[in-house]
Amino acid sequence: MSEIALRFLIGGAVVSVFALLGDLFKPKSFAGLFGAAPSVALATLALTLSSEGARYVATEARSMVLGAVAFLVYASVISWVMMHYKCKALPVTASSFLLWFGAAFGLWCVCLR
Amino acid sequence: MKIHVELNVVRQTEWYEYALRFLSGGLITATAGIIAKKFGPEIGGLFLAFPAIFPASATLIEKHERESKARLGLKGTKRASRAVSVAAAGASIGTIGLAAFALVVWKTIPNHSPWLVLLGATLVWMTLSVLLWRARKRLALFRRGILN
Repeated sequence: MSEIALRFLIGGAVVSVFALLGDLFKPKSFAGLFGAAPSVALATLALTLSSEGARYVATEARSMVLGAVAFLVYASVISWVMMHYKCKALPVTASSFLLWFGAAFGLWCVCLR
Repeated sequence: MKIHVELNVVRQTEWYEYALRFLSGGLITATAGIIAKKFGPEIGGLFLAFPAIFPASATLIEKHERESKARLGLKGTKRASRAVSVAAAGASIGTIGLAAFALVVWKTIPNHSPWLVLLGATLVWMTLSVLLWRARKRLALFRRGILN
């Protein structure tokens, strides 16, 4: 339980720092880079490193490559939809999570299963 | 447009918006750990690139754009939508850097100092993302005939 709480606190802090950096920079397309910062990865891998070791972290990182490709699909689709249609951001970004899940698990089945 | 820092954004952001991001980040980090424990690192690793805080950031961008247009008596719906689109385009470039980060960690962490690998991979993410962003900017200017 305490490990989960520690992950929550460190993850929240690291993600908040990168999100704040994203707020500060202009233009918006440059600030957007911080939307894909390795914040969750840094928090998770640093904690996993001390408990599970480097081999375990390497296996997680291999899958993360596919997660990042799924993120590319997710962000590209959102960019296209928001440019061509006048939509609210929350429904588009939240419903597109399905796209990330589809792409990530589809790639995992093809490449790593 | 040159890259610059605008500190007044910090004052425009409400405390609950910071709290929401902290909560989203904390939840996905804790969830990624639980998934890795239950289903193994092969599945858990996918969630290290889950776009957990993107909806919160996009909503914040949309809100700030609408507020700035409302001060001029305009609705700003289209502008807000475009601003989110531009930020998402930036994020899509960042994901290439994110994949490079993961690739560096995957290939080098078993045989090198883990903390140096994490530091180096973060530098690779930052450098590659900025270079790609600059290249895309130059390409856009070139296409418009501004740059020869």
